[in-house]
Amino acid sequence: MDKFFTSVQLDEELCKGCINCIKRCPTQAIRVRNGKACITKKFCIDCGECIRICPHHAKKATYDPLSVMNDYEYTVALPAPSLYGQFNNLDDVNIVLTALKRMGFDDVYEVSGAAELVSEMSRKYVEKHKEKWPIVSTACPSIIRLIRVRFPNLLDHLLPIQAPVDLAAAVARQQAMEKTGLSTDKIGIIFISPCPAKVSAVKTPLGIDKSNVDAVLAIKDVYPVLLGFMKEAVDHIEDLSISGKIGVGWGNCGGEASGLLTDNYLAADGIENVIRVLEDLEDEKFSNLTFIELNACSAGCVGGVLTVENPYVAKVKIKRMIKYMPVAMNHLPKKEELQKAYLSINPFWTSRVEYEPVFKLGDNLKEGIEKMSLVEDYIKKFPGLDCGACGAPTCQALAEDIVRGVAKEKDCIYILKQKIHKISDEFSELE
Amino acid sequence: MKMDFMGVHHIMTDRITLNYEVSAEDFTRAGEASSDVKKKLKQMGVEPSTITKVAIAMYEGEINMVIHAQGGQINVVISPDEVLMKLADRGPGINDIEKAMEAGFSTAPDNIRALGFGAGMGLPNMKKYSDEMQIETEIGKGTTVTMKVFLS
Repeated sequence: MDKFFTSVQLDEELCKGCINCIKRCPTQAIRVRNGKACITKKFCIDCGECIRICPHHAKKATYDPLSVMNDYEYTVALPAPSLYGQFNNLDDVNIVLTALKRMGFDDVYEVSGAAELVSEMSRKYVEKHKEKWPIVSTACPSIIRLIRVRFPNLLDHLLPIQAPVDLAAAVARQQAMEKTGLSTDKIGIIFISPCPAKVSAVKTPLGIDKSNVDAVLAIKDVYPVLLGFMKEAVDHIEDLSISGKIGVGWGNCGGEASGLLTDNYLAADGIENVIRVLEDLEDEKFSNLTFIELNACSAGCVGGVLTVENPYVAKVKIKRMIKYMPVAMNHLPKKEELQKAYLSINPFWTSRVEYEPVFKLGDNLKEGIEKMSLVEDYIKKFPGLDCGACGAPTCQALAEDIVRGVAKEKDCIYILKQKIHKISDEFSELE
Repeated sequence: MKMDFMGVHHIMTDRITLNYEVSAEDFTRAGEASSDVKKKLKQMGVEPSTITKVAIAMYEGEINMVIHAQGGQINVVISPDEVLMKLADRGPGINDIEKAMEAGFSTAPDNIRALGFGAGMGLPNMKKYSDEMQIETEIGKGTTVTMKVFLS
């Protein structure tokens, strides 16, 4: 699998070649060429901004269809905490969990359950590694991808603990194998996800060699089916929940950080805000911070592009729902079995995330300087309107594209116009 | 050396010059110049830890120009050997350079300190993060700080 795999794809039929996505992309990964948007995969961090902005719905996320459930003999659903924020007046998550089973899953395993374990391990890790303060959260795959291409200095700050979904998947698989005696390939661990970045994280994981998630479903696909089963489930609620306030709170921005039980944290959401925080962190502008939680989506995971509810409404719903939950459930006696399962799994990253200098202009410093000075020369020629008509988001980006050899000077309509004027002037002189 | 690159006649150069104007008392814009230099150094392929040195040294200088001086100009020359930063302000000048270099010494007024700036670490940090630093100052005229960070 290509290490720059991204789950965002283009529907060429629907793409009108407008400039909405190129303008919105935070890493300037998209260009319009020959009237269609194209994504430079190695620049893309899977944040989903282009999917959000495209007025023609030409940007699509890759994920699995509901029918993927039929591919396995035994399936376990892993609902993301953000799923709970999609429903009105939900006061018991067991209704959702029971409905998932009625919908066809053989078992459910809450991602929020694993999140509580991650919170506990993070507390210990943060306490032990003062030299890495502030430690940066790694649950959002887009954030890791952003840091590895743009913020090499911050790689050492990354929290090297598996994301809750990966830990949940590992435990769920182990439990399912013990319970059923089936071989691993017969078991389907299926994540119900708020975002397409998780698809990329499953296919090309960072920090771990392989994810135990077999398939990823979109919350927006599961939601309408689940609603029907929830009505049925109300009368036969099974006690399936394994998490409390801390775990479910992870669905909202600030949830992970507050699970660390410290006040010295910062939690940012929305990709542009996140980039500003990372810029400031890189310049060492923060003091006395122990932890930084970053979410690519506004409001946190509830703001993922595969959700149905308004992110801020979903956030309130989760907040309301967890109010009367126990703080955490990972230490309750009924979860002893789970504790044992966790002990046999290594929750830490097994490999370092390396810097990928994809934005580099040259192979060495000398070449880099030469090419950068060429870029500066081109910029002086362009009008600085950042109109996007050339297919690049800014004049600067066009200049870089030309120097990279993937665009031409006359792609700039301002320069083309000048040339046409010159030709027509010459013509009129002939008359 | 002259080369034809995509139809543009370009004099190949081994260095690049960047100029920035720093406006006075505009905290929201302070850091723009160092941020731009940082981005360009990454694109040029400079070692990440070296970029941090340049970014912090320059940011501190930029903030100083906003706090103490009426803004000024920053001139940055990047060559394969070094990043040379020249920060020239139109401020009051520095009375006692030795004193100003002491960690924690600050002449920043209270309203600036209330914003979290003026902790007296500006010049000391600039010295710490640069490989060479030189200060020329004239009372009533302004100060020019020249810093170098070596790349090889």
